Amino acid sequence: MPKKYTETELGQELQNKEYEYGFYTDIESDKFAIGLDESVVKAISKKKNEPQWMTDWRLEAFRIWKKMEEPDWANVSYEKPDFQGISYYSAPKKKPELASLDEVDPELLKTFEKLGISLDEQKRLTGVAMDIVVDSVSVATTFKKTLEEKGIIFCPISEAIEKHPDLVKKYIGSVVPRTDNFYAALNSAVFSDGSFCYIPKGIKCPVELSTYFRINEGGTGQFERTLLIADEGAYVSYLEGCTAPQRDENQLHAAVVEIIVHDDAEIKYSTVQNWYPGDSEGKGGVYNFVTKRAIAYTNAKISWTQVETGSAVTWKYPSCILKGDNSIGEFYSIAVTNMHQQADTGTKMIHLGNNTKSTIISKGVSAGKSQNSYRGLVKVVKNAKNARNFSQCDSLLMGNECGAHTFPYIEAHNTSAQIEHEATTSKIGEDQLFYCNQRGIDTEKAIALIVNGFSKEVLNKLPMEFAVEAQKLLELSLENSVG
Amino acid sequence: MLQIKNLHANIDDKEILKGINLEVKAGEVHAIMGPNGSGKTTLSSVIAGREDYIVTEGSITLGDENLLDMKPEERSHKGVFMSFQYPVAIPGVTVTNFIKTAINAKRKSEGKEDIPAAELLKMIREKAKLLGLKSSFLSRSLNDGFSGGEKKRNEIFQMAMLAPKLAILDETDSGLDIDALKTVAEGVNKLKSKDNAVIVITHYQRLLDYIVPDYVHVLSDGKIIKTGGKELALELEAKGYEWI
Repeated sequence: MPKKYTETELGQELQNKEYEYGFYTDIESDKFAIGLDESVVKAISKKKNEPQWMTDWRLEAFRIWKKMEEPDWANVSYEKPDFQGISYYSAPKKKPELASLDEVDPELLKTFEKLGISLDEQKRLTGVAMDIVVDSVSVATTFKKTLEEKGIIFCPISEAIEKHPDLVKKYIGSVVPRTDNFYAALNSAVFSDGSFCYIPKGIKCPVELSTYFRINEGGTGQFERTLLIADEGAYVSYLEGCTAPQRDENQLHAAVVEIIVHDDAEIKYSTVQNWYPGDSEGKGGVYNFVTKRAIAYTNAKISWTQVETGSAVTWKYPSCILKGDNSIGEFYSIAVTNMHQQADTGTKMIHLGNNTKSTIISKGVSAGKSQNSYRGLVKVVKNAKNARNFSQCDSLLMGNECGAHTFPYIEAHNTSAQIEHEATTSKIGEDQLFYCNQRGIDTEKAIALIVNGFSKEVLNKLPMEFAVEAQKLLELSLENSVG
Repeated sequence: MLQIKNLHANIDDKEILKGINLEVKAGEVHAIMGPNGSGKTTLSSVIAGREDYIVTEGSITLGDENLLDMKPEERSHKGVFMSFQYPVAIPGVTVTNFIKTAINAKRKSEGKEDIPAAELLKMIREKAKLLGLKSSFLSRSLNDGFSGGEKKRNEIFQMAMLAPKLAILDETDSGLDIDALKTVAEGVNKLKSKDNAVIVITHYQRLLDYIVPDYVHVLSDGKIIKTGGKELALELEAKGYEWI
């Protein structure tokens, strides 16, 4: 019987947020010493009250990781992190509580305003003590009820390990195995928390989980682990991330996202990544090394949409394993790099089933002294008949000091495969800018207009209200990019 | 309205305009004709404020304001419009979205709110009709894959929407067949009033059959060497530029 949730209870829970952080602060005082060995992995698992099987799973991951070497094939250069110089357990920090928005950095507020983030949300994001807002409380309550009624599980992964061990055991590491790569192995050993979502057979999740997130999401950890499962015939649209700028003292972020789409099911996964990119000299930004992969069974559909504007170094390839016949994989991406940012991102479409289809639309915008690479693999195995792929990679350059690169890999082992690849590179020209200026549009706004036009096909794939924010985010990311 | 005095301008250290004097009053249509390389496009670019051109001497004023002190977008806000000879494409940005952005930029400079959607829609319908543009046209990407005629009609459509004080039509007749030429000219004529002025820059006389000028100026080697009435255009057509 699902637990009833009254508005008062929810209100209390929201107010208790600080309390929760307070609890963590105590732990933080005995924050783990830096470095990583088996005892640290065990201790993380213990802190989270995990069952033995989870501890063992983490330990195995750690043993695998120890034997691996850090990869270096991406088109990025950065100072390698010192893995023994990191503390692997630090719970969310207690943010200093502020009495009002007046105490918040005015620069940050200006950014929020430009993004069109509501006052309440601004308060939440900056840690201003919040009055309970009737609106969002009732919205959250309605969501929670709706989800429970449908049997949808949506909770932190640590809670899922405790309450739904069979599901977690069955699926974790099934798409991204611990042996997959260096960062996935590391994440498997030390993941802090993340989200878990299960949509039962035949259920269409009636709300965008994005909206839910916008109200409930707390701080994201350094090693996040996300597991999404749509059972047969189920549907969900899920959005992770935030357009608001996120500063973090953790330099290395290595998340893992696994998605399982059963027969006739569909998952739409959208993400907006806006980690701190570093200062104008390129110092202090976040490294974002993420493994995201989905498996699609018969007649299933997975679509990834990503807007990447943050991080000093981004290294990720949300991928689709099209295992079942007639399964469909889609990848829509906008990656914007400015200043000294580097991005090496793209996708892998692995066609295993017959009549599988994949679409890749990648838009890269490079400004400043940044480097922006698309890297994508389309693979059709020998037994996969009638596989089809369409890839389109467009690059837009601003100025003379940035770079755009495209690395498409195609491996077709079945002669019935149809693979199309199109690529274009263009530059925001003086002519375009002058044309806009002549019509009264200043250069900054003109760039925003041109970039939004360029990115339109991908922006259109985002959930409506988020598309508007993402559009503004693109404008912000490119501010001052032309002298 | 527009006063140009002793205007000298360079591009890449080469002097193109060598002392232009021109006065355009409200309600007037001026044609500037001249052979290739005489400085016609430079003149329109300098009025509009293109940065590649350096003004070394002289002044340009609109009303009592000094245009040379203003950025191109500010000149636009003050009522300067230039119809481009080669309008550029902006893929993914619709004709509607572009004109909305332009109108709101102008309104912002005047301290006004964004234009209400209903008002904009009404205006778009009205002006599109004037230029014979279908509503499907308005949802296309700006100048992206447009024919020559579509590009020029779109320019005049924008002119109609922005209602400038001074419109400069730079070689608007180039690349147009006779029907498109007539549509464009009719559009311009309907927009003409006693409060605005038009400068038509052209190589050929044929556009002037439809947009009838009050004055015709002949530009040669960066200077206006002859000014006359509309009959001067016909004379140039018959005799070429050599006889002057």
